[in-house]
Amino acid sequence: MIAEAGLAALWLATGFALMQVMLAWGAAKGAVQGTGEVVLKALRRVAILQGLLALTAFGLLIALFVQSDMSVKLVVENSHSMKPLIYKIAGAWGNHEGSMLLWVTVLASAGAGVALFEKRLPQGTLAATLGAQAAIAIGFYAFLAFASNPFVRVSPAPLDGRGLNPLLQDPGLAFHPPTLYLGYVGLSVAFSFAVGALLMRDVGPAFARAMRPWVLGAWIFLTIGITAGSYWAYYELGWGGWWFWDPVENASLMPWLAATALLHSVTVLATRDGLRAWTVMLAVVAFSMSMIGTFLVRSGILVSVHAFAVDPTRGGFILALLGIYIGGALALFGARIGTVKQGATFELVSREGALVLNNLLLTVILGVVFIGTLYPLVAQAAGVQLSIGAPFFEKSAVPVGLALVAATACGPLLKWRRDQWNTLFGKLLAPVGVGGIAFALVFALGGARWMPALALGLAAGLAVASVLPLVRRNLRRTPLHIYGMVVAHLGIAVSIAGMAADSAFKTERLAAISVGQNVTVGPYRVELLEVRPVVGDNWSAVEAHLKASRTGDEPLDLFPQQRFFANPPTNTNEAAIATLFDGQLYTVIGQGDGQGRWQLRLWWKPFVTLIWLGGALIALGGLLALVGRVRRERRAETEE
Amino acid sequence: MRRLAVWAPLALFALIFALVASGLIKPADHLVHSAMVGKPLPALAMKPLLPTKPGVATADFRGKPRLLNVFGSWCIPCIAEAPQLMALKRAGVEINAIAIRDTPDAVQAFLARNGDPYARIGDDPTGHAQIALGSSGVPETFLIDGQGRIIDQHIGDIRADDVPEILRKLEAAK
Repeated sequence: MIAEAGLAALWLATGFALMQVMLAWGAAKGAVQGTGEVVLKALRRVAILQGLLALTAFGLLIALFVQSDMSVKLVVENSHSMKPLIYKIAGAWGNHEGSMLLWVTVLASAGAGVALFEKRLPQGTLAATLGAQAAIAIGFYAFLAFASNPFVRVSPAPLDGRGLNPLLQDPGLAFHPPTLYLGYVGLSVAFSFAVGALLMRDVGPAFARAMRPWVLGAWIFLTIGITAGSYWAYYELGWGGWWFWDPVENASLMPWLAATALLHSVTVLATRDGLRAWTVMLAVVAFSMSMIGTFLVRSGILVSVHAFAVDPTRGGFILALLGIYIGGALALFGARIGTVKQGATFELVSREGALVLNNLLLTVILGVVFIGTLYPLVAQAAGVQLSIGAPFFEKSAVPVGLALVAATACGPLLKWRRDQWNTLFGKLLAPVGVGGIAFALVFALGGARWMPALALGLAAGLAVASVLPLVRRNLRRTPLHIYGMVVAHLGIAVSIAGMAADSAFKTERLAAISVGQNVTVGPYRVELLEVRPVVGDNWSAVEAHLKASRTGDEPLDLFPQQRFFANPPTNTNEAAIATLFDGQLYTVIGQGDGQGRWQLRLWWKPFVTLIWLGGALIALGGLLALVGRVRRERRAETEE
Repeated sequence: MRRLAVWAPLALFALIFALVASGLIKPADHLVHSAMVGKPLPALAMKPLLPTKPGVATADFRGKPRLLNVFGSWCIPCIAEAPQLMALKRAGVEINAIAIRDTPDAVQAFLARNGDPYARIGDDPTGHAQIALGSSGVPETFLIDGQGRIIDQHIGDIRADDVPEILRKLEAAK
C-alpha cells in the first residue's frame, strides 16, 4: 500500500504543479489589471500543498526502505535487510530514482518556501516566480513518472535485497547528496525569480533582495556539500588526494562558482541597483549548471568514478528538460533584457568595480572547468577518445584562482560607487607586507616551488586583508553580514593555505614490507606490527597495525584496512588517518604478495586539514550573512 | 551590438545542446581501441603452445593478409566465437592465435570441443604480447595485411554478421 500511496502523492503533486502554473498566469495577469489578490492567495496555498505532497512521497519511499519492503524493485536493488538503519534510510536516495525524487522534493519544498515567506515582492513578480518554479517541477515529475518511477513493484518478491554500493556505506556520504541537492535546487529559486522578474519586466533591487537569501542558502549548502564530498573522497577512496577534477566533482563545483559570482552581483543589485542584466544572467546560469550537473551524473554520458545509472533514455529525457528550461530562460533573457533599463553606474575603482572583477574571474574559472569537463564530449563527436585530468585544470584554473584571491583581498576595502587608488594602496600595505614576508619565508626556508609559495603568500595577505573591514569599527554595532563576509573570506585564505601547503610539502611513500620492518615518511617512522583478519557488520577485512613515531611525540597506532563486502562483492580501502596539529599521516594497506610482504602507501600531509577547516569557515560566514540579512529584512518589514 | 550580445548565451547553449545530443544519440564507445591500428606489428616471438603447431613471430606475417586472434581456453565468449573462426578458415583465411595465460592441455581440450581454426598458436603466459599489441581483453582479433601491418582491430567475439565484413577487409588488403 505504501508504494501505491507514494505514487499517488507524486501524481497529485504533479496535478497541483499544473494548477500552480495556471493560477500563476491568472495572478500575474490580475496584477497588471490591479486585481487578482484572491488568485494569489490560492496560488500560495497550491504551492504549499504541492511541496507537502512531494515531501509525503519522499517520506513514503524512506518508509519502504526502513521496512525493507522487498516487493519494491528499488529497495531490492539498493538495500538489504541486514543493513544498519542509517544506511537503509540513506539507501532511499543512494540510487538514481530515489535521488531524482529527492531532487523534485527539494524543488517543490523550495517553491512552498517562497509561497510561505515571500511577502514584500510585487504580486505579479511573485506569481510569475511561483509559476516558473512549478513549471520546472512538472518536467521533473514527468521524468519520475515516465522514466524513473521509484515505486515499481517486483513479483515475485525476492527474499532479500542486493545491498548498497559499499563505497556509499559511510555516514559522510549518506548525507552528502541531500546537502548538495539543497544547494543545487535552492538555486532553482534564484532561477525562477530571474524568470519571474524578466516576465514582469521588474528587474531591480526589490527582486534582488528577495532572491538574495535563497542564493545565500543554496550557496551555504553547496559549500558544505563540496567540502564534505572532498573530505569523503579523501579518506574513503584511499587515493590520498582531496580533489580529482572528476566530471561529477566538477558538476558540483560549477554551480558553486556561478552561485559565488551571483552572491556578489546580487549584492550590487540589491544595494546599488547596478549589474541588472548580469545578475539575471548569473541566476539563469547558476541553476543551469545544477541541471547540467545532474544531467552529467545521470546520463552516464561522461565516464566517471561516480558513474551510476548509465541509461541513454533517461539521459535523453533530462536533456530535453534542459533544452526547454535553459533554452527557454535564455530566449526570454534575449527577448526581454533589452527592455530592462541600465542600472546605476560606478567608477572603475570602487566596491562595484572589485565585485565585477570578482565576477569576471569566477566566470573565467567556470568557463575553464566547463570546457575541461565537456571537452571529452566534443572530442568524442570528432571521433577521438580522451579524458582531461588534473594538469589541465591546475595549469589553467589555478593562476586565475590566485588572481581572484588578490581581488578578494582588495574588494571589501573599497568604498561603494567610487574610491581612490592611493587610499586602496594605503589599506593594502599591511596585507601585502604580511603576504610578501610569508612568500619569502616559504620560498627561502621551505624550498617550495614558486607557485605554492605564491599561494601561501597570497593566503597570508588575504587573511590579513579580510579582517581589515573590522578595524576601527564599533564591533558591537557592526552588522552581522559584515562578520559573515569577514569569516567567509578568512575561510578562503585558510583553505588556500591548506591546498598550497599540501601541494608544496607533502611526501609520499610506497613500500612493500614484512611484519617487523619499518619505513619513513616525512617526519614519521612507520613500523608494521601485525596484519590480521577482522570482521564487521556486513564485511570482512585485512587490517594492518601500524606504529608511527616521530621525535618529541607519543607514538601513534593506525589500523588501515582492506575491506571485502559480500553483498554485492566489492573491495574497498579504509585508510587510517592520524590528524596532528601540523598535518595528517595518511596510511593505506594494499595487496599482500603471498610471501609475507604487504604493500603500504603512506603520505605525510602538512596542514592539509586547513582545506576543510577553511570550507567550514566559508559556510559559517555564509550562514552569518544569511542570518544577518534575514533579520535586517524582517526589521525593515516591521518598520514599514 | 548589445542587441546581438544578449542572444549570445542562447546561441552558445544551442551549440552545446546539439553537441551533447549528438553524443547521446551516438552509442557511447567505451571500448579501448589499440593505438597500434595502422602500424606494423610489434616485435613478437612466442614459443609454440602445442607440440603440433608452430609458435607466432612477427616475421610470419608476410605475403598474404591474415588474422591474429587473441583467445583463452578459459574465455566464455571465445566459445561463442569459435564457429565464426571456423567459417573464416573454410573461406581460406589463415588464422594465427595468441593463447593468453593458458596451458597446453586446456587449449587441446578447447580445440577438440570447439574446432581448431588455427595455423599457429603462440604461448603468452604473462600477457606481455597482448599488452604489446594494445589489446585489452579476450577475444580480440587483429587484421593484418601482407606487409605485416595492423589494418583493423575487432574487439569482442566475432559474430556471424561480422564475417562478411572481415572477409571484405582482408580481400581489400591484398
